[in-house]
Amino acid sequence: MQNVKTTEEVALGIRRRVFEHSMRNNGGYLSQACSAAEQLAFLYNEALNLGQPTLPMIPRPFSGVPSADNPDYVTGAGYNGPFEPHYDRLFIAPAHYALVAYATLIEVGRMAPEGLEMFNKDGSSVEMIGAEHSPGMEVHNGTLGIGLSTGAGLAWGRKRRGETGEVCVFMSDGEVQEGQTWEAVQAAAHHGIDNLWAIMDVNRQQCDGAMDSVMEVGDIATKLRNFGAVVVEIDAHDIGAMRQAKAEPHEGRPLIMLAHSSPTKGMEFLQQRFPRLHYVRFKSEQERADMNHAIAAELGIDPINYGQ
Amino acid sequence: MVEMVNRPYAGAFEKYAVQHPEVLCLSADLTSSCEIDGFRDRHPDQFLSMGMAEQNMLSFAGGLGLSGFRPFIHTFGVFLYRRPYDQLMASVAYPRRKVRLMGFLPGITTPGGMTHQAIEDISIMRTIPNMTVLETGDATEVEGIVEAADSIDGPVYCRVLRGSVPRLFNSPLKVGQMRVLSEGTDVLVITAGITTEEAIRARGALDKAGVSVRHLHLSTLKPFNADAIVAHAASVKHGVITLENHLVAGGIGSMTAEALAEAGLAKKLIRLGLQDTYAHGGSRPYLMNYYGLDALALVRGIERLTGEKTGIDEGALDAVRVEAVHSAVKAEAL
Repeated sequence: MQNVKTTEEVALGIRRRVFEHSMRNNGGYLSQACSAAEQLAFLYNEALNLGQPTLPMIPRPFSGVPSADNPDYVTGAGYNGPFEPHYDRLFIAPAHYALVAYATLIEVGRMAPEGLEMFNKDGSSVEMIGAEHSPGMEVHNGTLGIGLSTGAGLAWGRKRRGETGEVCVFMSDGEVQEGQTWEAVQAAAHHGIDNLWAIMDVNRQQCDGAMDSVMEVGDIATKLRNFGAVVVEIDAHDIGAMRQAKAEPHEGRPLIMLAHSSPTKGMEFLQQRFPRLHYVRFKSEQERADMNHAIAAELGIDPINYGQ
Repeated sequence: MVEMVNRPYAGAFEKYAVQHPEVLCLSADLTSSCEIDGFRDRHPDQFLSMGMAEQNMLSFAGGLGLSGFRPFIHTFGVFLYRRPYDQLMASVAYPRRKVRLMGFLPGITTPGGMTHQAIEDISIMRTIPNMTVLETGDATEVEGIVEAADSIDGPVYCRVLRGSVPRLFNSPLKVGQMRVLSEGTDVLVITAGITTEEAIRARGALDKAGVSVRHLHLSTLKPFNADAIVAHAASVKHGVITLENHLVAGGIGSMTAEALAEAGLAKKLIRLGLQDTYAHGGSRPYLMNYYGLDALALVRGIERLTGEKTGIDEGALDAVRVEAVHSAVKAEAL
């Protein structure tokens, strides 16, 4: 698809949309927008080779889970374009970033803004934790740590078939606490799966708070290299660095980009909530109002009218 | 005397897989234990060693399924669902990937003890939406399980026998079809896997003792043909006995109980198998005797059901040879 906006503009748009949505809905995954906006903007706006969406701009309602009795079932992958040998595939491994991913789809013209209004509404396919049938999703990843393994299997199969499209997995750093992540890296290296790459949002945050307080994971880059990946460490908010990292040669090995991010980037007011940033709820109407004015100013927009 | 077939899976898998390039052979460090070492050596391009890493293997297989391949995962049954249950659900079962889960050493067919004995696999697998569950009871069924599994439009779990396996049947396993091995009128006996051979042994003695047994052998456990089970149960005088290489909870005994209850058919049911207990390590005959899964246990169960002693003892059972079942009375469609 033709780029209409710069990647920086897409990233700003993602933060604005997630902020607006969170103010109106009395909370949301604000911090994930702060840390990952540039990464998702980079993926959709320039890094991935994706075709035109095959599903309607306004998402269809939930139409059942996969079963032999549901022959019309489709995943949300159609928002990333058709499955063609030369197109890339994307998995959002931490499905809790769904709100940010949906905002990205809107910013790059793959979903209508109405889609975000359906977020977490009963009967909607635009689910809070991205499901297979949610826009932009292709597999279930809500159980953390399974995304890279699935990506590795798909990439092995695509390589065997001679397809030129790559498989990209957007990951979160909390996933390195799961043993399966390490199993996936060693398997990808052992089998020489080099049409697989990942970008990991290293924001050092998880549900309970700062990762170091929950479970120290040590030096992720060294560990990943020892398990067989090619690793590049970058500033998650530096799109130029991302472009350079993507060009890193990784023949015979998966490439994993560690994108060191700030969980409050672009919304520094959230520092007041540190380290409880996983899902921001407002403790009082006053806090909601204060946050509305402060963050709106940071994002260069008017305060959100949420019916106050 | 019954024919014994050596490693029937090895040849059957190779024969089928070489004709189907979309079939991939996955192993988790149990390659010779699952009889695919020859395949690995002769067809390395179709073989993926996944190491001792079952969680990754299940999700990886889901990814292979997504790219249009049909992976056959080979390991002990117990390793396909206990540790990687989350991955089995999210990466294989939910999206209906055509992943073929080949579970070797079902139930107490391994001397490996609790960690190696899949005694609750049927109960787990049959409650997973989208899953099909098959079980092999002889060499002919093992030879047919590869093609049968690969015919399933979705994921399938198979209990596979290995090593030296008796040939009881001369017609191939057909998905959805049970085998009616005898059409007696006193009691209905339902078996699957290795317990079928035991029931055939018991039948020889029971015939002589004047007990008329209707015997069903199941190879498709899910979908479970409840209507056929109920019809057979309705046709016998005393009631039903299930004998399974599995816990009595959640397996064939439970499925039969559900079928009878839902049909409102008031028949006595005795469920033989592991009775809410783990097993331990030992030989198969020892374990089958110790836990009451053998021919003698079935005879005693039938005596409880009919309220009449048969006079059959171990000596009488030892004298009964197991002959090949050269013609099933009839095969029933699902």
